[in-house]
Amino acid sequence: MFSIGFRTLFYKESLRFWKVATQTILAPVVTAMLYLLIFGHVLDGRVEMLDGVAYTSFLIPGLVMMSVLQNAFANSSSSLIQSKITGNLVFILLPPLSHAEILSAYIGAAIVRGLAVGFGVFIITAWFAHLDFVAPLWIVVFAILGAAILGTMGVIAGIWADKFDQLAAFQNFLIMPATFLAGVFYSIQKLPPFWQTVSHFNPFFYMIDGFRYGFFGKSDISPWTSLAIVSVFFAVLAFVAVNLLKRGYKLRH
Amino acid sequence: MTAIQIDSVEKSYKGFKALKGVSLDIREGEFFGLLGPNGAGKTTLISTIAGLIRPDAGSVRIHGHDVVTDFREARKRLGVVPQELVFDPFFTVRETLRLQSGYFGIRNNDPWIDEVMHNLDLTNKADVNMRALSGGMKRRVLVAQALVHRPPVIVLDEPTAGVDVELRQTLWKFISRLNREGGHTVVLTTHYLEEAQAMCQRVAMLKLGQVVALDSMNALLRRVSGSQLVVRLKSGSLPDGLRHLVSHDEHANGDKYTLRVNDYSEVEPILARLRESGAVIDEMQLEQADLEDIFIQIMEEGK
Repeated sequence: MFSIGFRTLFYKESLRFWKVATQTILAPVVTAMLYLLIFGHVLDGRVEMLDGVAYTSFLIPGLVMMSVLQNAFANSSSSLIQSKITGNLVFILLPPLSHAEILSAYIGAAIVRGLAVGFGVFIITAWFAHLDFVAPLWIVVFAILGAAILGTMGVIAGIWADKFDQLAAFQNFLIMPATFLAGVFYSIQKLPPFWQTVSHFNPFFYMIDGFRYGFFGKSDISPWTSLAIVSVFFAVLAFVAVNLLKRGYKLRH
Repeated sequence: MTAIQIDSVEKSYKGFKALKGVSLDIREGEFFGLLGPNGAGKTTLISTIAGLIRPDAGSVRIHGHDVVTDFREARKRLGVVPQELVFDPFFTVRETLRLQSGYFGIRNNDPWIDEVMHNLDLTNKADVNMRALSGGMKRRVLVAQALVHRPPVIVLDEPTAGVDVELRQTLWKFISRLNREGGHTVVLTTHYLEEAQAMCQRVAMLKLGQVVALDSMNALLRRVSGSQLVVRLKSGSLPDGLRHLVSHDEHANGDKYTLRVNDYSEVEPILARLRESGAVIDEMQLEQADLEDIFIQIMEEGK
């Protein structure tokens, strides 16, 4: 079903982050735990979200999903930019790998890293609050789709960026605000109507909202709507990424 | 059969024409040299063959497969050793070679990987991380990576630049064997013209993005007058009748002249004229013309 070329590149991209797991898995888990300790301690008991869900319980799925998304993006984007700058991307460009094989291998490894970090964050933070698993399938579906989307965005950013600061700009001015403003720390029902409307234009909101539905069976909008929007968003991004690879944009001059 | 067919390839970078309609056919089983000064377009041409650069016009085919429209079939048949010393710092030598095999769709390639490592004296470095290798060792791994899928066409872009004599000998021994016994086509670019002269059966010379010479090595060597006579005079001067033969002269440490001679029979009359003019020879040498002389002559044509 999967070609040897795809499997090899997927394995290499996964092995790459696994070899530096302290930096790629442990560090983001610790960061997420700090968020939970600070925000959970300050706000738990004072704020309720989604009709009766304690703040720390509400926060945990948001933090897990934020970690999944950010690390999926980091995996594909940092691998590509490093390979471009050091020149070893040539080892991927010379073999007969198809555009779809290259893209799917990078996305696949991004999903693995995103889920590994997300699982780590969940294991550590789950001690701090009671969590339900009302619809676990939604949890899995949105975690995988969210990681796939951010992995694809990482491929696009890695192809586009010529240097690390361009990639950092992509991460700091696009990925980070879009994640933070997607309802990691709050329910958009708590926002004024204008910002609620703005949030509906943020695709990241649907990933986090759908993911959270899997835990509480409650969300700002229907998980089916979120699934449809997130799936279309992924399809558009994958189309863009595969076309960049086909054109050889910034890769084959 | 043609191994590499290059047809009217053009490539420009921001107005600079790096390749101006290059056409070449490299035959199967050939050891082919691609020579030229820096900036002649050699690496651009090799990158086009490898699919790393898309030509503005023209086409390149490997064993009949277009490198752009039928790139998967073309790349299966091609092994390229890039000029830059690149490596992936996350992996050991063996991991690097296993991964490269996998990209070409090959599993369980260890017997061949072991053979390649043995032939390139890499066996004792198999489990060493790439970061820990010297420059020469990294170059060997690059060569090994290009060979993991046993490509019928091997392209080496200045593989011996900045490497020691031992690696050069190891590399050429192995590559020659692949060419001679395995029938692999080899395309080589190098600035070491004595290497090209020793290895290549046919040569193309590039200058400013154009092919300015394309011939067999023997025919090229015959192109310039066969030999040159170098004489240093202790006293006297070169007679006027011999001045038209001078290709080079130096006067820093006595008068030293390099005279073109077509064959040995011309040497004695030259010496006789020197004797008649009263000139006394301090030192004399008869040198065969080599690829470097031809290279310089061709590159200086039209200057």
